[in-house]
Amino acid sequence: MQNASTGVGFLRRAELTGRLRARLPASAVLHEPEDTTPYECDGLSAYRQRPMLVVLPATPEEVGFVLRECHALGVAVVARGAGTGLSGGALPLADGVLLSLARLNRVLAIDPLARVARVQPGVRNLAVSEAAAVHGLYYAPDPSSQIACTIGGNVAENSGGVHCLKYGLTVHNVLRVAGFTADGEPVEFGAESLDVAGLDLLALMIGSEGMLAVVTEVSLRLIPRPQVARCIMASFATVEAAGDAVAAVIGAGIIAAGLELMDQPAVRAVEEFVHAGYDLDAAAILLCESDGTEAEVEEEIERMGQVLRAAGATAIRVSASEAERQRFWAGRKAAFPAVGRISPDYYCMDGTIPRKRLAEVLRFISDAEARYGLRCPNVFHAGDGNLHPLILFDANDPDQLARTEAFAADVLEKCVEVGGTITGEHGVGIEKINQMCVQFAPGELAAFRAVRRAFDPDERLNPGKNIPSLHRCAEYGRQHVGGGRLPFPELPRF
Amino acid sequence: MTVLSRLAEQVREATHARSPLVLRGGGTKDFLGRRPEGTLLDLRPHAGIVAYEPTELVVTARCGTPLAQLQAELAAQGQWLAFEPPSFGSEATVGGMVAAGLAGPGRAAFGAVRDFVLGVRMMDAQGEVLEFGGQVMKNVAGFDLSRLQAGALGILGPILDVSLKVLPRPQARVTVQFALAEAEALAAVNAWAARALPISASVWHAGCLSLRLAGAARAVDSAVAMLGGERLAPDAADAFWIALREQTHAFFEGDGPLWRLSVPSTAPVIDLHGHTLIEWGGAQRWWRAAPDEDATDPVRAAATRAGGHATLFRGGDRAGSRFQPLTPAVAALHQRLKDTIDPARIFNRGRMYADL
Repeated sequence: MQNASTGVGFLRRAELTGRLRARLPASAVLHEPEDTTPYECDGLSAYRQRPMLVVLPATPEEVGFVLRECHALGVAVVARGAGTGLSGGALPLADGVLLSLARLNRVLAIDPLARVARVQPGVRNLAVSEAAAVHGLYYAPDPSSQIACTIGGNVAENSGGVHCLKYGLTVHNVLRVAGFTADGEPVEFGAESLDVAGLDLLALMIGSEGMLAVVTEVSLRLIPRPQVARCIMASFATVEAAGDAVAAVIGAGIIAAGLELMDQPAVRAVEEFVHAGYDLDAAAILLCESDGTEAEVEEEIERMGQVLRAAGATAIRVSASEAERQRFWAGRKAAFPAVGRISPDYYCMDGTIPRKRLAEVLRFISDAEARYGLRCPNVFHAGDGNLHPLILFDANDPDQLARTEAFAADVLEKCVEVGGTITGEHGVGIEKINQMCVQFAPGELAAFRAVRRAFDPDERLNPGKNIPSLHRCAEYGRQHVGGGRLPFPELPRF
Repeated sequence: MTVLSRLAEQVREATHARSPLVLRGGGTKDFLGRRPEGTLLDLRPHAGIVAYEPTELVVTARCGTPLAQLQAELAAQGQWLAFEPPSFGSEATVGGMVAAGLAGPGRAAFGAVRDFVLGVRMMDAQGEVLEFGGQVMKNVAGFDLSRLQAGALGILGPILDVSLKVLPRPQARVTVQFALAEAEALAAVNAWAARALPISASVWHAGCLSLRLAGAARAVDSAVAMLGGERLAPDAADAFWIALREQTHAFFEGDGPLWRLSVPSTAPVIDLHGHTLIEWGGAQRWWRAAPDEDATDPVRAAATRAGGHATLFRGGDRAGSRFQPLTPAVAALHQRLKDTIDPARIFNRGRMYADL
């Protein structure tokens, strides 16, 4: 990569800085290392790179202006929200601009009758629900980092959460985005009606990891806050039995608001940390949530309890109060930090599998634990098949780091082999770019690149992420990337 | 020679000759969009349900599978396609359903076709088979080229197989009716939608608002008790919503051009003379023009003012503009996508827009 402090890089930076400062205040165009270092990584801190410039526009018009100037000089742009992403999607480029959208942080309008919130991309996920709460409405997708992560980042990653099975992902809850293409031209996808003429380019934008356009305004669908929610905590003697119980719940026609599974190592790590009252003797526990009207929840909890007992639950507890429900969830939501306490480092995976292959994949993981000499507790969005195995390791030991990387790559490739995917909600970014070569054939990768070039012919938005070059795939043998340590230790991660 | 290799050969030859293909399943939605030009690419032979796991909530079917067959398989397991796709005839196929992207009465409550697409296998313009998405609920690897196929009218190539999320059928359903004028009905359905009520469909026509409540039996009962209204007999109610979905309801009789206006649900009454039928909590409004009436300009203008768009759904000039024109920036993206995916423009040339 080019060095931004000398030679051509320096001249380029000076020219771009001059052009940007003609319209933006000095505080919005940063290039001193002490100013740009905080942006050198996102939530995947194993990868770090200081950008040539950090630019912090405050209005959509300024975003368009920055993009036009960068386009004119051929400078690449990496957009960033709160930087909580777990796949290095917002990793800067040494010779590029890091475009922070954090200052576009206004809730522009809430229409309670239409149930729509119009927000800027720097608005935090949870702030949308907080702003809508007075109307009895909320924004459903709830990624674990929701107190910090931004809506713009959610759009880029198609973020999920623990309630996806019933309420959908980001793609199901965004009505419209407005923003700019790579050359700074304004563009809008979707609408506040339920569909638009032409191709569904909004669906393509969601989860595109900032590679197709830069979003400056988002219309979100709000839904009525359920009157009540209750949670069942069920214990099982084997992980397989817990997996089968999930299938039995769904087979009985119940779409639970949340269906989460934790194995015993995860439960023990969490219990020590949170004291949620989890069953330490169970091989696995399931959290099954029901929400809706009082009558609905009462009926569903009753039916769900019957199904779980029939599926061999060894113990069942139903939350008797909102405080108890919160306590049940506190353990699950603290799983990542709890694991962080029992190991110097951990590596979180994000594969999704067809649920019926759960036992097979868990056996594979447990064999891999023995093979690599590393422990791996499992937490699992059981309702939608999204696994978060956490490999425990010490990054100061290069051998452990290498074993962790190989372990993680094996698990992701196993997910692909059983008909799943390498990433359910964290994104490809830079972290899983090699595994893209395993999941997709050359023709499919070529189609992705073709789509990318239809939006951004010069490949200036977030280059090098998400879609590997065929050359890169050819070079990828067993040389895996990986090794992520999480900053933001205070954020719950599930 | 297998079905797929025959299709691939036809596609390769068409690309080589730059000669357009008309992608077609059962032909029940031939009326949709502009009249396409070219040689028939019959997708019915690629048929059959590939995998169905009720407890995974996923079904994978080939494009030529009759929609009725898929629906019967799901119903046998107490599940359904919650977006309630219209068939418009017994020959409808799964591929056509996805390509047309049409949803029925449940759209506002449950989502559109694209919301249930988990993955597709496609054939590209060189006859190569490509797979996007998968059979799992959560998948963010690569760009979402599978949802993009829903409603694409085949212009990006034939969908070979599609994996769809399926849902359990609601346990209970009740339809209630209210005598309300158009503006009152719009205000009521929007206000009710903002409350935690199990409303699964609504329609207003000729002074009558019908609401379908669906879900857990106790939730439906308490909602009915709260809302009041006149209750329809269960069989009559089911027949009513099917007639609406399949457009066999009396409103859809007649020869005048049928317009579909897709607008924000809270858009005020759209003042067009003649008959209107409103679905999706106010977000889908049908309007029947007089026979031989070219209302394109006023209807498009009215839809735009309301914050939406208008489609000439049935009748009128099949060689003319059926869908609302795109903004220049979005139209340019359509051109570039089409150029890159289908450079010889063989797939359903002209079906969506004349220049695509």
